[in-house]
Amino acid sequence: MPDTRHEPIRVGIGTPLDRVDGPDKVTGQAHYAAEYAVPNMLYGVIVSGRIARGRITGIDETAARAVPGVVEVLTHRNRPSTPWLDRNYKDELNIPGDPFRALESEHILFSGQPVALVLAETFEAARFAASLVDVSYEAAAHNIDFEASLAERFLPSKKRNSYHPPKNHGDADAAFAAAELKHEARYHLATEHHNPMEMHATTVDWHGDGTLTVYDKNQGSQGVQSYLCNIFGFSKKELRVVNAFVGGAFGSGLRPQYQVYLAVMAAKHTQRSVRVVMTRQQMFTHAHRPEADYTIRLGAEATGKLTSIDGDATTSTSRFENNMEDIVIWGMINYASPNMKGEYCVAPRDTYTSADMRAPGAATGMTLFEIAMDELAYKAKVDPLDFRLLNYSDIDAMYRTPFTSKALREAYRDGAAAFGWDSRSPEPRSMKEGRELIGWGMATGLWTAEFVKTSAKAKLTADGRLEITSATSDIGTGTGTVLVLVAADTLGLPPDRISVRIGDSDLPHSPVQGGSRAAASGGAAVQLACEAVGKRLLKAAEKVDGQPLHAARSIEDVIFADGRMILKSDPSKAVSCADAMQAAGLEVIEEEQTAQPGLADRISQMTRSRNVHSAVFAEVRVDEELGQIRVTRIVNAVAAGRIINPKTARSQILGGVVMGMGMALHEETLGDNRLGRWMNHNLAEYHIPVNADVHDIQVIFVDEPDPDVTPLGVKGVGEIGIVSTAAAIANAIFHATGQRHRSLPITIDKLIGT
Amino acid sequence: MSGAALSLENDPGPVVASTPIGTVPVAITINGEQHRLSLEPWVTLLDLLRERLHLTGSKKGCDHGQCGACTVLIDGRRMNSCLKLAVTLDGSEITTIEGLGQPGNLHPLQAAFIEHDAFQCGYCTPGQICSAEGLIREGHARTRDEVREQMSGNLCRCGAYTNIADAILEILETEERA
Ligand code: FES
Ligand code: FES
Repeated sequence: MPDTRHEPIRVGIGTPLDRVDGPDKVTGQAHYAAEYAVPNMLYGVIVSGRIARGRITGIDETAARAVPGVVEVLTHRNRPSTPWLDRNYKDELNIPGDPFRALESEHILFSGQPVALVLAETFEAARFAASLVDVSYEAAAHNIDFEASLAERFLPSKKRNSYHPPKNHGDADAAFAAAELKHEARYHLATEHHNPMEMHATTVDWHGDGTLTVYDKNQGSQGVQSYLCNIFGFSKKELRVVNAFVGGAFGSGLRPQYQVYLAVMAAKHTQRSVRVVMTRQQMFTHAHRPEADYTIRLGAEATGKLTSIDGDATTSTSRFENNMEDIVIWGMINYASPNMKGEYCVAPRDTYTSADMRAPGAATGMTLFEIAMDELAYKAKVDPLDFRLLNYSDIDAMYRTPFTSKALREAYRDGAAAFGWDSRSPEPRSMKEGRELIGWGMATGLWTAEFVKTSAKAKLTADGRLEITSATSDIGTGTGTVLVLVAADTLGLPPDRISVRIGDSDLPHSPVQGGSRAAASGGAAVQLACEAVGKRLLKAAEKVDGQPLHAARSIEDVIFADGRMILKSDPSKAVSCADAMQAAGLEVIEEEQTAQPGLADRISQMTRSRNVHSAVFAEVRVDEELGQIRVTRIVNAVAAGRIINPKTARSQILGGVVMGMGMALHEETLGDNRLGRWMNHNLAEYHIPVNADVHDIQVIFVDEPDPDVTPLGVKGVGEIGIVSTAAAIANAIFHATGQRHRSLPITIDKLIGT
Repeated sequence: MSGAALSLENDPGPVVASTPIGTVPVAITINGEQHRLSLEPWVTLLDLLRERLHLTGSKKGCDHGQCGACTVLIDGRRMNSCLKLAVTLDGSEITTIEGLGQPGNLHPLQAAFIEHDAFQCGYCTPGQICSAEGLIREGHARTRDEVREQMSGNLCRCGAYTNIADAILEILETEERA
């Protein structure tokens, strides 16, 4: 018997744990969608259309078909038939409109639209032949210019499911008219593309017996499976989707992308395995963060106390779908004001439909709002942090409901202390070192905490090993590692005895991964499954000689630690899990459970707001002559409930901050409206932060116990890091230079042009 | 380009029976193993590794030399393998991430990347690690700023940069002490 006085080492929720898939990732053994070795496979290369709007008048495939190794050229003229009704093409996000269907007809809806798929025995033959497909077009008038599209802005009658209309209070117009202090300005965010490092890719393994495995880059294997089955007439038994490793996505994999549609179509047509990988250029022909225009009007008393908030925003969408975001609600939720109103529209342009990108809506709306708040703080001559505290709201100021928790004050306090905010000199241009102006800025971040129906299975074998399975995805977030920690916590097993399998449509149900909800939802499901295993273990322990645990009525009465069940009331009494299973003659204990919001949760969701908060502090150094801006320090203090794995959670915030730096200074997809095309569609000209751009980032998680927000008290950390980071930087640039920039990114030309 | 000339020089007069028309014979050592290959001249090293040899640890993030995901070591120097035509590498020694270390037998940089959580999705990671190995061998980087600057050819969209710098600095410092 092991020594029971010995304090067991418990690894569980809150323990920093290395990523369980780390060894595979650092050695190149992790296989992403385009990396499955499949025999006798065809390579598909997509031909992208040249015009932004109009129709195809002719396709000459002769030269392409003459290339040795070319097997087929699929176009709208010879593609296999697919269902007619739009509803067959709806994905989990269910964006109102007509979902895009590649190679559907001669009609062109956006530049870069796929017009052909060349299939060949080698990648090189397919790539060369694709360059020989000669397509002629009849162009129609197009517009991709956002400013021009604003003339056509409208509020769609059919709203996106995730859209939250603003709730107005009082009379914002009258209050603004009467306000002692006023601020009104127009803010702008450029179009951004997700650009995960892995390009969207699919490998279809056509097994030849009527079944197929689709290795695909996406954020939800089961959603893609349903989509493909609905279109191509397979059953879920026949078509399996695997996304075991995903090389980043940030939202670009929330909807099935056109390469998976083309790959499965080609496989069905040729009855062969097929691989289709987008080029980096083609990564600019689909999902992108909408461009945004946001007019903000704030009224306040002379002290700076807000009396009215009024926002009017428009984001870009395509002509065939109405993608909507929540832009104006964030400031209304966050700040106390008796009068508030919001308006929101979309503006259509001839591009692919805009899409969710990391913290969709908040990354735009809260960030721009926080620049406006900074402007009003200066007008009120109040320190920007004190100004936020002056307008602090303990309740959700828009829905007028209490929060399950809101430790934003603590985030302000801890963030400011770590940053040294109180030694800031208030005047712009008052801090300098050498030839560089120094600026300090801050902003508030806000996101939602969600929990969605998710299932997981736990399988304990007699050798003391536990396997956790769920169809959830890990797009770099550390989901698998988090599930291992929850299982370790629940059953008291060391993490190296626990394996996890995710990213496969055959596994227990999980919705698409997005919105920072995977840890809370998948974690809750794993906890339930492990508790169910624990109950059966305790039952099995009854068979152990002498029944050492007979005093335990439920698993509440025992502690699971070190692979043993220990009686809480008398820790000298314990049974090892292996002994219990052996005594009961059990080889395996397997339990599948589903975590879902119950009726009480749903009522509570209506009466209490669930949000993640953050306080971001930024230091910039600006060389005015060179127009160079360096972000030398960021402190991001986050209140996100319980943190399951501090190690990977910190990385999530770091990554969000880095993307926020891109939003502030670099990222901007530039269109040429004469061609109707994105011009900088490559990684040399679409700038994202590189290592040299990123100096020092400090992440703080403030203590925020919240048993009510989700079953594990987890709020999620995938999005909050990006929210308002760009605002803190823009505000720091103002503090450094006295230049107020209201259009992001703040590029060199803007800095030296004013 | 000298690379193209090299492949011609190495073309032996009589074509080997197994060499299909239009291909060039090359001998490349990859991770210590010699490969005798017949390749079309337009096959890049990256596509050779990924599509023909199933060494998929080297990643394709752009195919244009703009991201560094495909970084490997060619004769000890870091290179973007998407920019190298394989036929120009006759006689070269190539080390990919698979050759640096394996699960259970990690290279110190691989272990440091795990320890510092220097990746999230992991897609840029093999390129980062090969690049870091090249950087250490170059011996030019001493400080954190130098590491950051000289690792800037390797993009990480997950934004793991500070952890990447921490991991590399740890190895640099231990090597310096040794
Ligand atoms: S794939 Fe070679 S540099 Fe990007
Ligand atoms: S870890 Fe995902 S791109 Fe670097």
